[in-house]
Amino acid sequence: MNKEPIRLRVNGRVHELSVPPNKLLLEVLRDDLGLTGTKCGCDDSSCGACTVLVNGEPQMSCLMLAASYQDEEITTIEGLAKNGELDPLQTGFCEEGGAQCGFCTPGMILTCKSYLEKNPDPTEQELREALSGNLCRCTGYTQILASIRRAIELAREGRKVEVSKL
Amino acid sequence: MSATSPIGARVPMIDSVDKVTGRGKYTDDLTLPGTLVGKILHSPHAHARILSIDTTAAERLPGVKAVATGKDTPVKYGILPIGHDETIFAVDKVRYIGDNVAAVAADTAEIAEGALGLIKVDYEVLPAHLDPERSMQAESDFIHEDKPHNIEKEYHHHFGDVEVGFAKADYVRDDRFDCAEVTHAALEPHSTLANFDPDGSLTVWSSTQVPYYLMKTLAATLEMPEEKVRVIKPLIGGGFGGKSEVIPLELAAAVLARRAGAPVKITYSREEVAYAHRGRPRTIVELKTGVKRDGRLTAVEARIIQDGGAYCSYGVVTILYSGQLLNAMYDIPNVMFDGYRVLTNKPACGAMRGHGTVNARFAFETQLDMIAAVLGIDPAEIRRRNLLKAPCRTINGLRVLSYGYPECLERVIERSEWRAKRRKLPFGKGIGMAGSHYVSGAANPIIRSLMPHTTVELTLGRDGAVTLYTGAAEIGQGSDTVQVQIAAAELGVDWKQVKLVAADTARTPIDLGSYSSRVTFMAGNATLDAARQARERLLAAAGLALGAESENLVWKDGVFARRNNPRPSIPFAEACRLACGAEESLKFAGTYSPPPEAQGGKYRGAGVGPSPAYSYSAQVAEVTVDVETGQVTVERIIAAHDCGKAINPLTVEGQVEGSVWMGLGQAVQEEMVWEKGRLMNPGLLEYRTASTLESPPIEPILVESNDPEGPFGAKEAGEGSLAATLPAVVNAIYDAVGVWITSLPVTPEKVLRALEEEKRRTSL
Repeated sequence: MNKEPIRLRVNGRVHELSVPPNKLLLEVLRDDLGLTGTKCGCDDSSCGACTVLVNGEPQMSCLMLAASYQDEEITTIEGLAKNGELDPLQTGFCEEGGAQCGFCTPGMILTCKSYLEKNPDPTEQELREALSGNLCRCTGYTQILASIRRAIELAREGRKVEVSKL
Repeated sequence: MSATSPIGARVPMIDSVDKVTGRGKYTDDLTLPGTLVGKILHSPHAHARILSIDTTAAERLPGVKAVATGKDTPVKYGILPIGHDETIFAVDKVRYIGDNVAAVAADTAEIAEGALGLIKVDYEVLPAHLDPERSMQAESDFIHEDKPHNIEKEYHHHFGDVEVGFAKADYVRDDRFDCAEVTHAALEPHSTLANFDPDGSLTVWSSTQVPYYLMKTLAATLEMPEEKVRVIKPLIGGGFGGKSEVIPLELAAAVLARRAGAPVKITYSREEVAYAHRGRPRTIVELKTGVKRDGRLTAVEARIIQDGGAYCSYGVVTILYSGQLLNAMYDIPNVMFDGYRVLTNKPACGAMRGHGTVNARFAFETQLDMIAAVLGIDPAEIRRRNLLKAPCRTINGLRVLSYGYPECLERVIERSEWRAKRRKLPFGKGIGMAGSHYVSGAANPIIRSLMPHTTVELTLGRDGAVTLYTGAAEIGQGSDTVQVQIAAAELGVDWKQVKLVAADTARTPIDLGSYSSRVTFMAGNATLDAARQARERLLAAAGLALGAESENLVWKDGVFARRNNPRPSIPFAEACRLACGAEESLKFAGTYSPPPEAQGGKYRGAGVGPSPAYSYSAQVAEVTVDVETGQVTVERIIAAHDCGKAINPLTVEGQVEGSVWMGLGQAVQEEMVWEKGRLMNPGLLEYRTASTLESPPIEPILVESNDPEGPFGAKEAGEGSLAATLPAVVNAIYDAVGVWITSLPVTPEKVLRALEEEKRRTSL
C-alpha cells in the first residue's frame, strides 16, 4: 500500500512520518518510532498490553489507525518518567512486585494512570473495575493492586524517586 | 551475614525499572538492519499424508527472500532424548491442525502472508485420532509408525502390595476424575530473531526458558557445530513451561535466515501461540484408595491417561511425574500406578506449571475429602494422620529432608478460622482444604551427563566490581534477583553492587534452564559456591595485609579487620585489589550437582520425580455457590507455602499468588475446547483467563523449613502451590452445597447437574 505523510505527537514530541494509511498506531509506535514499550499480546484487543493514552484516555493501540490520531496527544510508557524521575506508579510497581514478567506492565500502568487522575483515592473494587481490560498472567493481580496502593501513598506524600535510586 | 543481609529482604527485581519504563527489550522489540518477516504455513488437517508441496509460485512473488519446507531439514529433534519425533517442517505427514508445513521470509508481513497462500500442498487425509481413550485402542493409521496403538509410553509401578493394603482397609473407594486441557497463555507471544554472520555462525534471540537446549537443538537440526550457535535470551514475557522446550518457530527462523542470507524474525500470532501449546494435557485419573476407619491410608492405586497430542514433547516426563509425586507427600505403604501417555492428532502437550502433578493431585486431594466425609473425619485431621515422618525416603525412593507441610496445614487452619467455619457456614457458602508439593529442580538432567547442572561464574574486579555470569533464564519469576542477593549476602556487599550477565550461551556458563523450579535451588547453590570461593580469597588477601590468619578476620560494615582489633581495616575494594595482585580480575566458577542420594531408585522410570528438595503447600479456599445458576465465586484463598527460606519474600509471595491464581483458572474457568482437532478458543477473549474482577484476594503465608541443602535453606516457590488450589476449591464446593465435582473446569452447568442429581438421589 502507498505511504502517506502523517504527523504524530507522541510523549510531547512531534514526528513527521510516512506510513501506509492502514497501519496501526501500535505498529507505528513500535516499528517507525522504536517505542517498543507498547506491547502486542493478543492481536485483537483482548489483553490491553498495547494500551496508550490519547489525550489522557486509555486506548488500545492495536485497534487504532495511526493516521486517525494526528494532532492528538499520545502518551506511551516511555513518556511517563519525567526528568529522570519515575512516576509514582512506576515506583510502586517496582517496590511491590506489580511487574513480574513485565509484559502487561506498560498497559496496566497507563490505564491506571488515567484512572487515578480522575479518582485519586479509589476503593479496591473501583480499581478492579478500572483494570478489568488489562490481563496479567503472572501475578493474580494481588501485587498489582498493592503496587497501585503504594503509588497512591507515594503521590500523596509527594515522594519522588529518581530512576537511578530505586 | 551482616545485619543488612539481603537474604530475606523484599528486594525489587533488578530488571523492574526496565519493565516499568518500557526500556526493557523482549525478543519482538529487537530488530537488525534488513530484518525480514518470517511466517509459517500450518496444516489445515489433523492427520494427513503430504503427497507434494509446490513452492514455485511463492518463490516468484516479489519481496519473497526464502521459502523452506521439510525436505531440506529432515533431522529429528525433541526435548527428551527418547522423544526425537519432530522435524522443523513436516516431512511425510502432518499430525495436527497447525502442524508446520513450510515457511516464508519476505520484506513485509503482507508479502509473507501472500506467499503462504501461493504454496500448494497436496494432502491425503487420514483418519484422525482425537480422543485418548479411543486412540489407545486404535489398530491402524498410527500417528507415529513406531508407536503401536498410539501409546507414546506406559509405566506400571508397584511399591509395597496394594492387594494387602486394600484387604486391610475398612473403606475403599474408586472414583474417576477428568481434567480438561489448559494452556500457558503467557502474555508475550513467542518470538525469535535469527541472524547469520559472514563466517557462518548463527545468533538467535528468542523467548526461551531453555537457551542451552535451544542452542543444542539449533546445532543438531541445522547440522552445525555447537560452537557456531549462540542463543541470547532477552526479557521474557512469561513462560510457565510454554517456552521450556524448542518451539518450531525458533528453528524455522534460523532456517529462513540461512536461506535468505538476512536476519529473519518470526513472532507468533496469538492463534499460533495457542496451537504451539505444549500445555497441560487432558488427564483422566481413575483412583482407588483404601483407608482404615481412623483415616490412615493403606493403599492407593491410580490409572492415569494423558491426552498428549501429536508429539512426545515432555510427555514421558509428564506421565511419570503424575505417578511419582502422587503418593510422595504422604506416608502411604502400598502404591500402584499405571500411566499411559497417549498420542492424539492435536497439538503436543508439554510442561506447564506444576508439570504432571496437578491433575493427579487434584484427584487425590478431592478423593481424600470424599473419604473424610464418609468416615466423618475433619479433612485437616485425615491429612495430619498420614504425614511423612521426615527426614525419610518415600516408598518410591524419593528422599525428603525438609518437610514444612505440617506447619503449612496448621497455618492455614489458624488463618482461615477453619474450625469455626467448616460445616458451619450457611448453605451455599463453603470452605475447603487441600495440599500439594513440587520438586526444587529435577535431580537427573534431561540429557544424562556428568556435567554440573549449572555453573555460575563470579568475577571480582580490582576496583571492587562484582559480576555474576549465569546461564539461568529469568522469565519474570525473579531468579536473576535471587542470584544477585545470594552473591551479595555471601560477599557482604550491597545487592546493588552486584552486576549480572545472564542467559547468553556465548558469554555465560551452562545452565540447563528455567523448568522444574530448579533455578533458585541449583543456580542459587552454584552462585553461593562461587561467592564462597571469592570470599575466601578476599579473606586470605586481607589477612596477608593485616598479618592475621583469615579465620581471625571479620568482615563487617564494609571492611575486613582483625577479630579483636578493628584498626587498621581494609575496605572491600581494597581487598579486591590486593586479591587480584597482578591480575585485572579474578574469576570463580561455582557449580551445583544434586547429590547421588537424591537421585532416586533404580527401577524403570525412577529418574523422574527425584529432587534434592520438595516444596509443600496447604491451602484453604472459601466459595459461594449460587444454587440457582450454578455459578461458583471463589471469595478468598489462603495459601501457605514451604519455600525452605524466602530469600526474597516479595518475589516468593508473587510466585505463590501467581501459582494459586493459575490453579484457580484451571479449577473454574480455563479449558481448551476442541472440535474435530480444531481449537475453538484460540484467543485471549475466548480462552478466558481471569481478569481483576474474577480474581479473589490471595493471602500467601510463607513457611520456612530451612532445607539443609538449599541455598540459605531455600527451596522451590514458583510451581508447588498451583496444584492445591483446584481440590481446595472443589472441596469448598462440597462444604457449600454437598456435591462433588470430579470434572474440571467446574462450570455452572456441571454444578447444576450435580445439584439436580443430588436432589433426585435424596428424594428417593
